[in-house]
Amino acid sequence: MPLHPPWDAETARAIIADKQSMPGALLPILHALLEEFGYIDREAEPLIADILNLSRAEVHGVVTFYHDFRQKPAGRHVLKLCRAESCQARGSDALAAQAESRLGVTFGDTTADGRVTLEPVYCLGLCSVSPSAMLDGRIVGRLDAEKLDALVAETDR
Amino acid sequence: MSALLIYIPGDAAAVAVGADEVAAAIKAAAARSRTPVTIVRNGSRGMHWLEPMLEIATDKGRTAYGPVELADVESVFAAMLAGGAEHKLRIGVPEQHPFLKTQTRLTFARCGIVDPRSLEDYRARDGYKGLAEALGNPAAIVEAITQSGLRGRGGAGFPTGIKWKTVADAKADRKYIVCNADEGDSGTFADRMIMEGDPFVLIEGMTIAGIAVAATKGFIYIRSEYPHAIATMNDAIRIARRAGMLGSRVAGSDFAFELEVRAGAGAYVCGEETALLESLEGKRGLVRAKPPLPAHKGLFGKPTVINNVLSLATVPIVLEKGAAFYKDFGMGRSRGTMPIQLAGNIKYPGLYETAFGVTLGELVDGVGGGTATGRPVRAVQVGGPLGAYFPRSLFNVPFDYEAFAKADGLIGHGGIVVFDDTVDMAKQARFAMEFCAVESCGKCTPCRIGSTRGVETVDKIINGEEPEKNLATLADLCNTMKFGSLCALGGFTPYPVVSAMTHFPEDFKSARQLQAAE
Repeated sequence: MPLHPPWDAETARAIIADKQSMPGALLPILHALLEEFGYIDREAEPLIADILNLSRAEVHGVVTFYHDFRQKPAGRHVLKLCRAESCQARGSDALAAQAESRLGVTFGDTTADGRVTLEPVYCLGLCSVSPSAMLDGRIVGRLDAEKLDALVAETDR
Repeated sequence: MSALLIYIPGDAAAVAVGADEVAAAIKAAAARSRTPVTIVRNGSRGMHWLEPMLEIATDKGRTAYGPVELADVESVFAAMLAGGAEHKLRIGVPEQHPFLKTQTRLTFARCGIVDPRSLEDYRARDGYKGLAEALGNPAAIVEAITQSGLRGRGGAGFPTGIKWKTVADAKADRKYIVCNADEGDSGTFADRMIMEGDPFVLIEGMTIAGIAVAATKGFIYIRSEYPHAIATMNDAIRIARRAGMLGSRVAGSDFAFELEVRAGAGAYVCGEETALLESLEGKRGLVRAKPPLPAHKGLFGKPTVINNVLSLATVPIVLEKGAAFYKDFGMGRSRGTMPIQLAGNIKYPGLYETAFGVTLGELVDGVGGGTATGRPVRAVQVGGPLGAYFPRSLFNVPFDYEAFAKADGLIGHGGIVVFDDTVDMAKQARFAMEFCAVESCGKCTPCRIGSTRGVETVDKIINGEEPEKNLATLADLCNTMKFGSLCALGGFTPYPVVSAMTHFPEDFKSARQLQAAE
């Protein structure tokens, strides 16, 4: 997992300026900020609004509409479990409960030590190797209790 | 001695079950035995229960082995070295496997065979022949697509040719081609497979669309959950551009066409075409009221062709082989082939492309081999989270847009998710409403509020609170959502709910009621 630098307005401004001339620039800008900082800092919104000549409300609306644009930093690791139908048919509900109990968090939350954020995802397109998960961008199929425990153990490192 | 040519899929489904690790181990095994090897990271053939499926090129064609785990690498490599020799994981010639042999691969003709990053491979397997036809007679493109009977493979099934003609006839200083690669339906992965396994076919299809309607810019909107597809498409676009197949003079012609990949951000509703256009414009993915149609006022207010990946990836073969060739496959008004995706609790999951008309039962019990758990098949959801649940009694329904609509369902994007007899259909109905509530864009009331009320009502039914009254409320709510919603999210969420209530009513009787009845 890449460690993200702390929020920095100057870096953010450069990222925004780099993409401002793209048609429909807002999503590419938010993706770039997410990649850099790991989340969208509240302070980014007025910066973007100013450079793209949008209202702060418009920018805030977009940031909060999309699941990807988290508004506070995630844990050092992000574990996503697919909760959609194909994975349900292969027992993902039990795996979800297992993940919650092993980590002591509910979906959407980060462990108290900041080690890992547990998130639901609705389909990774790996339905033919269900159930599936993603740990820090690495995809895992044919997930079972044992593999899930191994993933959870990895977040200890 | 020339290098051994080994194929190890780079398809995400193969990677998710260890293909990268296996590739590294093969490389190490080759180094130890001082054998020169060339490893091609191809797409997947679509036999996903066999992934990672490795292939060795021999003078008698390719020989496959799978599923190869790390512990098998040494022995599989030895068998490969011996010219494709016997091994417990040996599958033989992939094309001769019954799962592949019975398919009609038109859209997926090259997927799993070629190196997705090789334009030479692509051309060697009939790539860019469709574009050559198109450049030879640009005025005839729209007519060919119309005559082929190709309909939107994203789910709506709208005739592609009519869409293109509307855009071609529109007068504007700028037009766009937009590819909807926001494949969010659970149980579907065909778009992902094409983008990872044969990206040039999508580029070619979009280029042809651009020439047909006089658009010079295209966007591919890929969901962010597909990082491998995004990477492969970006690579392929760069390669095509370098080879002069994109840019100001496509293939040396006077036509210009440029492509750009944009990533979604985790909103299911952006798979709806107008929400997708809003998202591309940098806004919230709110559904637009139609009219105006995207064909008249689409991206940035300009006439826009917006098609699913599979529709656009089918265009080249229609142009290459002619409309009549494609139209010859299929039944009724569903012409050609459909890449069907078998998923969930199924013994042989994967990609099965076949002409329309095959029955649901043939797909689930025959091709799919029933459940992976070995228990009886109880319910099958067709067409993603907005698709109906079918019981075994409807297994005779043929895969066809109209036949599925008549059975109160939809084929959608062609995903089939199988459940065994442990499934609780009231829980599945609840999930459908919950998913809609989470993903609703919020623009129209039936979807925004109806879905939340739906979850509450199913909960009451499950808890045995006035079940008769609440079942009636749920049915009424579904009716309101179906006819009152702005788009398919709210409009189709009733399909899984109502089909679960209709075909599996016993699951909506709570434990308390069942006790009372005894």
